[in-house]
Amino acid sequence: MTVAKITGHDELNVLRQNYEDEIKSEPVRILVCAGTGCQASGSLKIWEKMSELAKNTEVQIEFAPEIAHGKNHPAVHKSGCLGFCEQGPLVRIEPLGVLYTKVQPEDCEEIFETTVKNKEIVHRLLYKNKITGEECFNQDEIPFYKGQTRVVLKTCGTIDPESIEEAISAGAYQALAKALFTMSQEDVIKTVLDSKLRGRGGGGFVAGKKWQQVAAQPEKTRYVVCNGDEGDPGAFMDCSIMEGDPHRMIEGMIIAAYAVGAQEGYIYVRAEYPLAVKRLTLAIKQATERGLLGENILGSGFNFKLNINRGAGAFVCGEGSALTASIEGKRGMPRVKPPRTVEQGLFEKPTVLNNVETYANVPQIILSGADWYRSIGTPDSPGTKTFALTGAVRNTGLVEVPFGITPREIIFNIGGGIRDDKKFKAVQIGGPSGGCLTEAQLDEPLDFDSVKKLGVIVGSGGLVVMDENTCMVEVARFFMDFTHRESCGKCVPCREGTLRMLEILERIVAGQGEMEDIDKLRTLADLIIHTALCGLGKSAPLPVVSTLNSFLDEYEAHIKDKKCPAHVCQKLKQYVIDPEKCKSCSKCARGCPVQAIHGQPKMPYEIDQTKCIKCGACISACPFKAIYVA
Amino acid sequence: MLDSSFYTKTDEILSKYPAQERSLIPIIHEIQETYNYVPIELLPYIAKHIGITETKAYSVASFYERFSFEPKGKFIIRVCDGTACHVRQSLPVLERLRSELGLSDKKHTTDDMLFTVETVSCLGACSLAPALMVNEHVHPAMTPDKATELLKELREEASKS
Ligand SMILES: Cc1cc2nc3c(=O)[nH]c(=O)nc-3n(C[C@H](O)[C@H](O)[C@H](O)COP(=O)(O)O)c2cc1C
Ligand code: SF4
Ligand code: SF4
Ligand code: SF4
Ligand code: FES
Ligand code: FES
Repeated sequence: MTVAKITGHDELNVLRQNYEDEIKSEPVRILVCAGTGCQASGSLKIWEKMSELAKNTEVQIEFAPEIAHGKNHPAVHKSGCLGFCEQGPLVRIEPLGVLYTKVQPEDCEEIFETTVKNKEIVHRLLYKNKITGEECFNQDEIPFYKGQTRVVLKTCGTIDPESIEEAISAGAYQALAKALFTMSQEDVIKTVLDSKLRGRGGGGFVAGKKWQQVAAQPEKTRYVVCNGDEGDPGAFMDCSIMEGDPHRMIEGMIIAAYAVGAQEGYIYVRAEYPLAVKRLTLAIKQATERGLLGENILGSGFNFKLNINRGAGAFVCGEGSALTASIEGKRGMPRVKPPRTVEQGLFEKPTVLNNVETYANVPQIILSGADWYRSIGTPDSPGTKTFALTGAVRNTGLVEVPFGITPREIIFNIGGGIRDDKKFKAVQIGGPSGGCLTEAQLDEPLDFDSVKKLGVIVGSGGLVVMDENTCMVEVARFFMDFTHRESCGKCVPCREGTLRMLEILERIVAGQGEMEDIDKLRTLADLIIHTALCGLGKSAPLPVVSTLNSFLDEYEAHIKDKKCPAHVCQKLKQYVIDPEKCKSCSKCARGCPVQAIHGQPKMPYEIDQTKCIKCGACISACPFKAIYVA
Repeated sequence: MLDSSFYTKTDEILSKYPAQERSLIPIIHEIQETYNYVPIELLPYIAKHIGITETKAYSVASFYERFSFEPKGKFIIRVCDGTACHVRQSLPVLERLRSELGLSDKKHTTDDMLFTVETVSCLGACSLAPALMVNEHVHPAMTPDKATELLKELREEASKS
């Protein structure tokens, strides 16, 4: 089936109205979340089952156009990630607005009988407040959503990301039409500048400035590139946007292209996100068919072609010059600057490089204006930020909050506090280039400039909450191991320096550290920060510096007392036999791979700590639970 | 020597892309998807077609972690060891898989070419940590026991086909 190209704003509006009517006319709308998280929990089976039931179910309605499964049938759609993946698979039923959690295929028939046909609630599938136990009927009643302000994620989870009709009905491409037909290129840049939109990929650079600089270049071949590499391990904000609302981000890119006069664009996506690649590819195809991409966009005479490039598993490719090198078909290695990307970026042409979330902010800024945008967040960090809240919190997931909110609000209100009533220890922000915030810093505002004063960065948006059972030295070792492996090896301070730091940290967690190691770590950190070529190296030592500053006592415990206060570090564990409980059965001794356990009949057995390799085999071997970790 | 079918298939892939340097990475991606690895013999052939040197093609292909010159198993299991998964105990899952399959951080693929076990940092399913991916399918909230179970299922699946 070929679809007609849309030529003009009026035509877009007519189409939007038609699609809106069509959706409103769906007697019942069943949205099954089909983001990565819910799909992993089996949501596609739910979708299939629901679709089948829908075919055989008739529902009373006022008027009945042809939709989804034909006259009078409920419509079943896949939706993007609602951010509450942990409670998935999620199913939302409109117009009732009820949200069901942890839905299983067996529940589908009951949902149909009770909710779809009789408009009643299946109580057991409602989310229960984890503290009060109260039932939550819809999203608005769930504490996880209450504290959020969803701008970028507004339609993520309420529309079908595989349908451009749904996106258009929800207002997609309205901002593009407004920009093309009522604003000059300068107007668009000015609006984005005035909004003070700052890059969401980590650096917080003012987006409008980049656009202005590219627009001012003498070279007329220009590119617009989207950074969807999302390398921070433990963050999936960009993933959810690309999967859940691809048209919003694409629209932002087209607007940027119009503003700077670019003819071609590239989206660079991690290969580990196959669903995002699939949905973006589909979205580009649909937008091109409808004349929203390609030649003569919306009949305005403006041309813009969009390509997708997949990453290939190198974190450093998230860095601007490495990313453009990778698109060019080269090794993804950062280069010395200047020239900067805005002057000579992709194929040595002026290039706008922004992050997924940065572009996704643009359409609403164009529609509602810079003043509206600045009314959210703080004066210097306007708008919202999405965070991937993970780790030891009760509610994990994707959240969007205004800048200036405190970490405490995110962790304790939205996140519901620490799991299993454990004690909060720290929250790691900014991933491998960031650091941790302690209890005492939880009430500071979260925005680009305030957190910098605390020695950390907002980063791309990973928030990993850690409780008393987390060893901060081990966390530092974990990130150093990551950055060392991901170092591209081009410059010595990063390549060798991260290795040296990693070796020291490995010694410390193994109980072989010395007090001088702390000074060595600090000296190396300083050296790398000041001499590495790119951001990867420059920020690699930050997780260590930050934990040294806030948790020096933990380092000292590992070094001086040979103890891991959180009982995490494997090599510092001591396996001990409780003489009271030991029945001298010898099972443990027979299972020990290094013959570290000795004993005699009727005498409690003992473990020779100098021989023990901490494999843990004896614990499970003992039928009397006499062995424990000290 | 690769048999001629490899070159026919490669021609088919090459025809989809402009004969330019920038097509190199997308082409290697497709080759790897077709064969589960990148037969190194194909690199000179691809290089010639898109007009770059053999050395260059090799240096690019070897730079990227995802490309492998070694044949991989039918099931590629990527265990996430991103931050969220790490703090929720992804390592015991990895260790269980490796010990059940006789693999290590040096040996990634079983001799029967059924399984490859690798690590990856983040699959975008952090709320369901620890996660792993089998080919393109994500498995949430793993435990060592679930990993054993998964291997059993995959073996059954393989014996059926
Ligand atoms: C090692 C390294 C990795 C990076 N990874 C990413 C990434 O995954 N996603 C991203 O948007 N920016 C990443 N950046 C930042 C980019 O270089 C660049 O600043 C950003 O994409 C610009 O977009 P923004 O201004 O909209 O944030 C990374 C930087 C470095 C040094
Ligand atoms: S700092 Fe590290 S990642 Fe960056 S260019 Fe140098 S070696 Fe490569
Ligand atoms: S932990 Fe392992 S090595 Fe140590 S005593 Fe027990 S079985 Fe032996
Ligand atoms: S298995 Fe338990 S009861 Fe038996 S000898 Fe060992 S510690 Fe004692
Ligand atoms: S994938 Fe369904 S809520 Fe995230
Ligand atoms: S950290 Fe494992 S899926 Fe993100």
